[in-house]
Amino acid sequence: MVQYQHAPIDASFAALSDATRRGVLEHVAQRAASISDLAQRFQMSLTGMKKHVVVLEQAGLIATEKVGRVRTCRLGSRGLDDEIAWLQTYRTLWTSRFNELDLVLEGMKQKEKPNGNTKTD
Amino acid sequence: METRKQTETVRRTTVERTSDREVVVTRTFDAPARLVFEAWTKPELFRQWWVPKSLGMTLYDCEMDVRTGGKYRLNFGEGMDFFGRYIEVIPPSRIVWTNEEEGPDNSVTTVTFEEKDGKTVLMMSEVYPSKEALDAAGTGAAEATQETFAQLDELLATMG
Repeated sequence: MVQYQHAPIDASFAALSDATRRGVLEHVAQRAASISDLAQRFQMSLTGMKKHVVVLEQAGLIATEKVGRVRTCRLGSRGLDDEIAWLQTYRTLWTSRFNELDLVLEGMKQKEKPNGNTKTD
Repeated sequence: METRKQTETVRRTTVERTSDREVVVTRTFDAPARLVFEAWTKPELFRQWWVPKSLGMTLYDCEMDVRTGGKYRLNFGEGMDFFGRYIEVIPPSRIVWTNEEEGPDNSVTTVTFEEKDGKTVLMMSEVYPSKEALDAAGTGAAEATQETFAQLDELLATMG
């Protein structure tokens, strides 16, 4: 059941491993754009941009629609929520843990400073 | 949607999914490796930071036999145990342990401490048995927190 629910996340992480694709996704989240618009904005060939768009579309992150000769890209219905939520939860946990660890370490260092140090350095 | 970009901003703790089954966390600490290792391996120090206050959980019991082959068990209340074995312990640079609370199909965590100019670069890798298990791990923490809040609600209700 969990499998079914989370499987698309993997394709999304792969899709988002590329800086251009992240940029495209951010741009498309603001407003719909044609592939040629995107190619121009990200300074790459039409073919190159098409490849990125296909990866993003297959991951469900964007949706495209062809009207006449122009293919328009917009944010997919799935959006980024799952991925952001996953990373965010994980990062929040470890960031807060490590912030607390900073304090513990600071305390340990303070204890060592005065000569009341039981350890040999 | 605009806040999404901000929530993604990496500060000092970086988190990266390096494969379907692995997540890697890095962080630098302003202390020598032996102190970071000590904070990670002495129960009385470990319990001060492992359960951040913001998580709203209480670590009731913490047994750690930090040596290769040793076991650990963290208890967060009745039936809420996290446990496993240390597969490899090399002071003060490396600890590898299993996380067995999910059953035999467990994940393995490797943490390394590398000292540079008095600071310690920590790298932690968690490898899960399957990508589904890793996907579930991120959301699991959030669910656990909610569960704890629910328990707190119950407790407060009985105190009222």
